[in-house]
Amino acid sequence: MKLPDAEALCEKLAGDLRSHIKPTSAMIGLYTGGAWLAERLHKILDMKSPLGLMDIAFYRDDYHAQGLHHDPKRTRIPFDVNGRDLLLVDDVLYTGRTVRAAMNELFDYGRPASISLVVLADRGGRQLPICAQHCGARVEVPSGMRLRLKRGTDGRLALALEPHAA
Amino acid sequence: MQRNPQLNANGELQHLLSIEGLPREILVQILDTAESFVGVTEREVKKVPLLRGKSVFNLFFEPSTRTRTTFEIAAKRLSADVINLNIAVSSQSKGESLLDTVANLSAMHADIFIVRHNSSGAPFLIARHVKPHEHVVNAGDGRHAHPTQGLLDLFTIRHYKKDFGRLTVGIVGDVLHSRVARSLIHGLTTLGAPEVRVIGPQTLLPCGVEALGVRVFHGMREGLRDCDVVVMLRLQNERMRGALLPSAQEYFKNYGLTLEKLAVAKPDAIVMHPGPMNRGVEIDSSVADGPHSVILPQVTFGIAVRMAVMSIVAG
Amino acid sequence: MRVHIKNGRVLDPASGKDAVSDLFISEGRIVESFSGKADRVIDAKGLVVCPGFIDIAVRLREPGYEYKATLESEMDAAVAGGVTSLACPPDTDPPLDEPGLVDMLRRRAKALSRARVYPVGALTVKLAGETLTEMAELAEAGCVAFSQANVALADTQVLWRALQYAATFGFPVWLRAEDAFLAKGGVSHDGEIATRLGLAGIPSFAETIALNTILELTRASGARVHVCRLSTAGAVELMRAAKAEGLPVTCDVGIHHVHLCDMDLGYFDSNCRLEPPLRSQRDRDALSRALAEGVVDCLCSDHTPVDEDGKHLPFAEAEPGATGVELLLPLTLRWGEARKLALGAALARITCEPARILGVASGRLAAGAPGDVTVFDPSAPLRVSPEMLKSQGKNTPFLGLELSGRVRYTVVAGNVVYEA
Repeated sequence: MKLPDAEALCEKLAGDLRSHIKPTSAMIGLYTGGAWLAERLHKILDMKSPLGLMDIAFYRDDYHAQGLHHDPKRTRIPFDVNGRDLLLVDDVLYTGRTVRAAMNELFDYGRPASISLVVLADRGGRQLPICAQHCGARVEVPSGMRLRLKRGTDGRLALALEPHAA
Repeated sequence: MQRNPQLNANGELQHLLSIEGLPREILVQILDTAESFVGVTEREVKKVPLLRGKSVFNLFFEPSTRTRTTFEIAAKRLSADVINLNIAVSSQSKGESLLDTVANLSAMHADIFIVRHNSSGAPFLIARHVKPHEHVVNAGDGRHAHPTQGLLDLFTIRHYKKDFGRLTVGIVGDVLHSRVARSLIHGLTTLGAPEVRVIGPQTLLPCGVEALGVRVFHGMREGLRDCDVVVMLRLQNERMRGALLPSAQEYFKNYGLTLEKLAVAKPDAIVMHPGPMNRGVEIDSSVADGPHSVILPQVTFGIAVRMAVMSIVAG
Repeated sequence: MRVHIKNGRVLDPASGKDAVSDLFISEGRIVESFSGKADRVIDAKGLVVCPGFIDIAVRLREPGYEYKATLESEMDAAVAGGVTSLACPPDTDPPLDEPGLVDMLRRRAKALSRARVYPVGALTVKLAGETLTEMAELAEAGCVAFSQANVALADTQVLWRALQYAATFGFPVWLRAEDAFLAKGGVSHDGEIATRLGLAGIPSFAETIALNTILELTRASGARVHVCRLSTAGAVELMRAAKAEGLPVTCDVGIHHVHLCDMDLGYFDSNCRLEPPLRSQRDRDALSRALAEGVVDCLCSDHTPVDEDGKHLPFAEAEPGATGVELLLPLTLRWGEARKLALGAALARITCEPARILGVASGRLAAGAPGDVTVFDPSAPLRVSPEMLKSQGKNTPFLGLELSGRVRYTVVAGNVVYEA
C-alpha cells in the first residue's frame, strides 16, 4: 500500500505550526522517530528555545511484562519546563500509551502551561483518551503491521511498514 | 557445565551475583542504562516510577552503612519500597538459618533481595532458593565478588577514558581479600582492557591470580608505569594481625599512593578507591584530594549504576 | 546356614580366579562344597560373585550425631552397597576414646546383624592431641587401629610419643597428613579456582609437609602407619619413595578424589565441600594412576552423612563430607574403566587390599575365609538421587549422575543381609 511522503508531511506540519509558536513555546521530541522529526521541525521553524529530547523507558506501563527495553537513551531537557507551552513531537500516534508516559515524565520536570501533541501520522487504535493537536496524515495500517519512521543516511525521512515483532 | 544462575533461559539477567560469566553485551547494557539514570539523578524530581509497588529488602549480614545507603537511595529513586535488615552474624549463634531468613522475607512479598554476606557464595545459595519472581543482587560476598562496585568502577573508567581497548589499569593492595578487585578484573578483561595489573606484596596476592588474566607486580615503580587508571584497595587492620604485613607504616612506604609514586603513571591518569579510605595507609591525602582523584564521582555514579542493575533484573 | 550361589562369574582378586562357577558357604565360611540341600540357593546368572566389599572409612554417626543418621540407616546403606565389613572413624560424640563406648558400638552393630563393624579408636583423649588414650584397653574392646580422624594433631612431640607407644604394642596408627597451621581456615584447594571463588585455600604443601613429618616419625618409631585420604600428587611421590625404602606404610584415597577436582565446585556446590579438599586435575589424575599402580593401596568412601541444614549454607560454612558407602561399587567400577583395568584389579581395591590394611581374613573367596560375599550386576544402570539413597545423608556431589553397578545380594557370615 502507498504510504504518504514523510518529507512532504513534515513541511505541512511546519506550516501548520508556524502560527502557533509563541515566545513561551518549546519543543520536545520522543526517541527515536519523534526525535528525528523534532530535530527537523525545530530547524525549519528556527525556534529560539533549545530542543529537548526524551526517552520514556522509565515511565512505560509495560515494564512488568516486558522488562526494561534495551538501549535507553538519555533524556535531555535543556530548559525549564515550568510555565512553558510545550510541543510534544512523536512520529506515529497509535494506542496513546507512549504519550501518557511522556506526559508523566514531563510533569516530573515541572509544570508546563500547556502541552500540544504533534505527530507525523495517526494510525487510530487509541486505547487512552489522547489526541493530536497537529497531525500530518491519517494512515490505515493493516493488522499485524507496524508503522515506523525511518531516516536515510542522507537524512531523508520516510514512513515504512514492518511486521509487528512477535 | 551448569547454566550461569544469573541468567534465565532467555539469557536475560535475573540476578546479579558476579561479573564473572556475564557476557559483554549485558555489561554494556547495564552501563548504558546507568548513563540514562545519571540524567535522572541530576534533575529536581529524582524519581522514576519503574519499581513502584515493588519491595526491595536490604539483607545485610555484614554491617555496612555506605553500601546499604546507596542501595536504599537507588531503590527509592526507582519508587520502590525499601526495608533494611541488619542481621548480626556470629558463627556460634544458633539463630535462624540463612535460608529460613530468606523464606520468611519471601512470605512478606519481597521482590528484590540486596544481599551482603561475609561468606563467599552466599548469594548463589539464596538465588537457588528464591521464587521465580524474586531477584537477588549481590552487595558483596566474602572475598568473592562485589559486582555493583565493579560496575560502577567500569562506569567511572568509561566516563573518563571512553575506550577500554587502550587502557592500562593498575590495582594496588590487598587483592587476596578483595572482592572489589576480583569483580573489577573480570569486568575489565570482559570489556577488553589489554593490560590489567595487580600490584602488592606476595602475601596479599592470591595463588594463581595470573589465571584471571592479570600481570603481577611487586613494586609500585614498575607497576604504575604508564597506567591510565590506578585503583587503590583498602587495607584492613586485621592484615597486620594475620602475619601478612608488619605494619601500616611500612605498607604506606612501599605501596601507599603518593604524588611521587603516581608520577610514573600517565599524566592524565585517574585515581580510584572503592572507599572508605585509610588516609596515610594506602593513599596520601594529596592524591585523594588532588586533580587525579575521581573518588567522589565514583560515589555519584554508584547510585545510577545500582538503579540500572535493579531495573534490569526486576524487568 | 548353607548357601549355594550358582552360575555366577566368581571373581576373587586375591587369587586371580575369574570364572563362571559355583560358590558354597556353610556355617559362616566359604567351603569347597557341601553335600545335601542348601538352605538358600541364589542364581547368579549374568552377575558377578566376589568377596564382600571392605570400606575402611564409614561414619555411622553414633554415638552423638543421631540427628544426622543412625546406625540402622547407615548399616542398611552399607549392605545395600555390598559392603560387608567397615571401619568407622573415632570422631563420634563423644569420640571413641573409652572402652565402654567402643564396646557399646560393637554390641549395637552386632545386634543389627548387617555388616561387620571394626571401630578405629581415638589416638588421643577427646581427639584433643594432648594425652594418649588407653590404647591397650581400647584394642581389647575391639579397636583395630588408632586415629585422629580429621582432627589435626599439631604437637609433633605428642605425635612422636603416640607412634612410639602404638609401636610398642604393634597397634596400627591411621593418620591424615595435614599441617594444622597451613590448613587453618582453609576450605578448598589453594589455586586458581579458590582465587576465582574467593575461598580460603589449603596449599598442597600442607599435606606434603605433614606427610614428611609422619614418614620421619614412622622411620624412627617403627610404628605401622596408614595414611588416610591422600589428596595431592606430591603425597603420592612421597609414599612411592617410602614404600621403596621399605617403610611399614600404607595409604588410601577417598572415592571422590579419584573422580572429582576443584573445578567441580561449580557455583559453590556445598556437596563438594570435603576434607581433604578436592584439588587440581593434576592431583586427581595422579591419585587415580597411583591407585591403579598400587602406590595407593585401597579406595574408601569416607562416608559422612550430613543433614540438609549442614549443607544448605554458604560453602565455607557448610559441614564437610559426602555420603557414599552405597556408591562405592559403581564409582569403583567407573574408576576401573577409566584406567582400563580388568574388573578383578579394580575390585581388589575394595576387597583384598583393605582387608590387608585392616588385618582381617575377609576380602577373599578362599576355602575357610569368612562367608562374606557380594553378588552384583555390573551393567545395571543407576541414577544417583536422594530417593535411591538408603543413607540418611543425601549429600553427594554425584547427584543426577548415571552410573552402573547394582548390588543384588549381600551375604555376611553366610546370612543374606540384603537383596534387591
